Amino acid sequence: MDIATHVFSALYQFGDAFAFLVLSACGLAVIFGMMGVINLAHGEFIMCGAYVTAATVHAGLPLPLGILAGTIVSALVGVVVELAVIRHLYDRPLDTIVATWGLSLIATQGTLIMVGSTMAGVGTPFGSFQVGDYSYSIYRIVLFCAALGVLAALYALFNWTRFGVLARATIQVPHMAAALGVDTRLIYSLTFACGAGLAGLAGGLYAPTMTLVPTMGATFIMEAFVTVVIGGADVFLGTAPAGGVLAVVKSVMTSWQGQLFGQIGLLVAVIIVVRVLPKGISGFVLRERT
Amino acid sequence: MTGFLSLFRRLEGPQTVGRGPGFWSLFALVLAVALAYPLFSDGYTVGNTVYFFVWVFIALSLCVIWGYGGSLSFGQTAFFGIAGYGYGVLTINFGSAYGFTLLALVIAVAIAALVAVLLGYFMFFGRIAGVFLGIVTLAVTLMLERFMAQTAGPEWHIGSARLNGFNGMSAMPPLTIPWPGEPIVLFADVGLYYLVLGLLVFVYLALRILMNSSFGNIIVAIRENPERAEMLGYDVRKYQLITFVIGAALAGLSGVLYTVWGQYITPSSMGMTAAALPLIWVAVGGRSDLTSTVIGTLVVLAAFQALTIYGSQYALVFMGVLLVLTVLIAPNGLVLGVMNWLGRIATRLTQRAG
Repeated sequence: MDIATHVFSALYQFGDAFAFLVLSACGLAVIFGMMGVINLAHGEFIMCGAYVTAATVHAGLPLPLGILAGTIVSALVGVVVELAVIRHLYDRPLDTIVATWGLSLIATQGTLIMVGSTMAGVGTPFGSFQVGDYSYSIYRIVLFCAALGVLAALYALFNWTRFGVLARATIQVPHMAAALGVDTRLIYSLTFACGAGLAGLAGGLYAPTMTLVPTMGATFIMEAFVTVVIGGADVFLGTAPAGGVLAVVKSVMTSWQGQLFGQIGLLVAVIIVVRVLPKGISGFVLRERT
Repeated sequence: MTGFLSLFRRLEGPQTVGRGPGFWSLFALVLAVALAYPLFSDGYTVGNTVYFFVWVFIALSLCVIWGYGGSLSFGQTAFFGIAGYGYGVLTINFGSAYGFTLLALVIAVAIAALVAVLLGYFMFFGRIAGVFLGIVTLAVTLMLERFMAQTAGPEWHIGSARLNGFNGMSAMPPLTIPWPGEPIVLFADVGLYYLVLGLLVFVYLALRILMNSSFGNIIVAIRENPERAEMLGYDVRKYQLITFVIGAALAGLSGVLYTVWGQYITPSSMGMTAAALPLIWVAVGGRSDLTSTVIGTLVVLAAFQALTIYGSQYALVFMGVLLVLTVLIAPNGLVLGVMNWLGRIATRLTQRAG
């Protein structure tokens, strides 16, 4: 009995860490994997999703619709950003990082000016349940399922839809795809919107669990970056296994020494992994290692 | 005389803008004005100018790593913070007698450089590419900020120096030069001004020599095409690591001088915003040239401070817009663009005169 509660507790913490890593990273991973662009404003897209979700819930919508609204608004903002800034910088990846960092500064400070230093949160739904001596939030289980759902949906999107086929063609050989009549610019725009929307979804899903402040994106980005660096360019072969491995590191370190050491564990893991597998897990799996 | 001339010639070269008697007489003029400046100004303004100069070192560090070396590091503020905290811990523990503060400055910069050797080894010898380098350095910086921010309790201390969590360390002694009779204490006005100005001129000229030496040419070659540089027989990883360590030491120097200037250092000096600002100065100035970086940093800092006075909350938004527009419109930097334009006009005028 006692062992069973411990096992459940460990699994729960693993699931929680896995959901956080995968949900915060998948938007970044889609954009990086498809376009080679690192979006440093990723955290601000998450913030945008969380704020829109909270605002719509305050306006009376149920939470799932609010999360949907957050996702859609983030995706639309993503389209605008792509058209205005990212589109001009595809051949300069380092400059994209710098430009998106500028956007992140604008978004954080702009939100602070317009909305204020904090926004009323949304209560965590579903309550909790008891296993052994500890009580667990049901919503965390929902988040874990949502992470699995997002991975499944992305797999379906990129493998079974026309958009997915065109998008994969565009990453592999952009010139060839363009020569065959694929509107690669449109594909890039849609991919960026997809990544931004996923960030908004992560923000919406986590909006009920955290305080809404303009700098909340920063709590996500480190985990997102670490997952993408370790995972490499492929969402399924990279982000998902990286999320799994890092979730073990994080949950073990966190239960051993506290939250901060969970994050330090992630950082040490990433520094060691880049030394051993420079192209991440997916690069290793795809034998691109050179 | 010939020795002097040959040294002078090494200050010029393909990697730096500005050459010939025209440029150097302008340089001498600016230097003379800078030297005379405290005579015409009050202590507060001079102290504020020192604050500007302090930031130029971290900008130069980013200029070397990013502009010349081609590796984008977001982690310069990590080294800034490490050295700043290092100076604080050392001087609070050992005091300022016998010129120890100067030794503490050197040790603190050395600690930052050592951390850079460790981190750089993993990154460059793992051969991680440009974009990942930025992410790893940023992750390290944010981690360090979070770590320092939670050191509020009394159990977090090194010797007698409390780390004080988010409020940061304060009340470390200022730089003190031992002197027979009365030691000279460099408070944040005229005394510190001359020290920092001297360091700045020294670092600027030393970097000019370094960048125009064969070392500078090699790291620029690596920036332009790492594979080609490797085929020519250079160990790319070694050169990138050395560049990174030089940059880290400069950022560390900036951190120590900042700590000396305000006698405090806080974790937020390593945060997201703090890490973005040097990037803005360097990008706006012109990252691939030392002179443009110095000018750009001073101009943007002055503009930022003026904006902060008139509309504090909009200043950061403006900085973000400035950064995005620079990247989109003038990727090589505004100051560098203007300087190249002036240079072209000058050559045209001399040709016409000749």
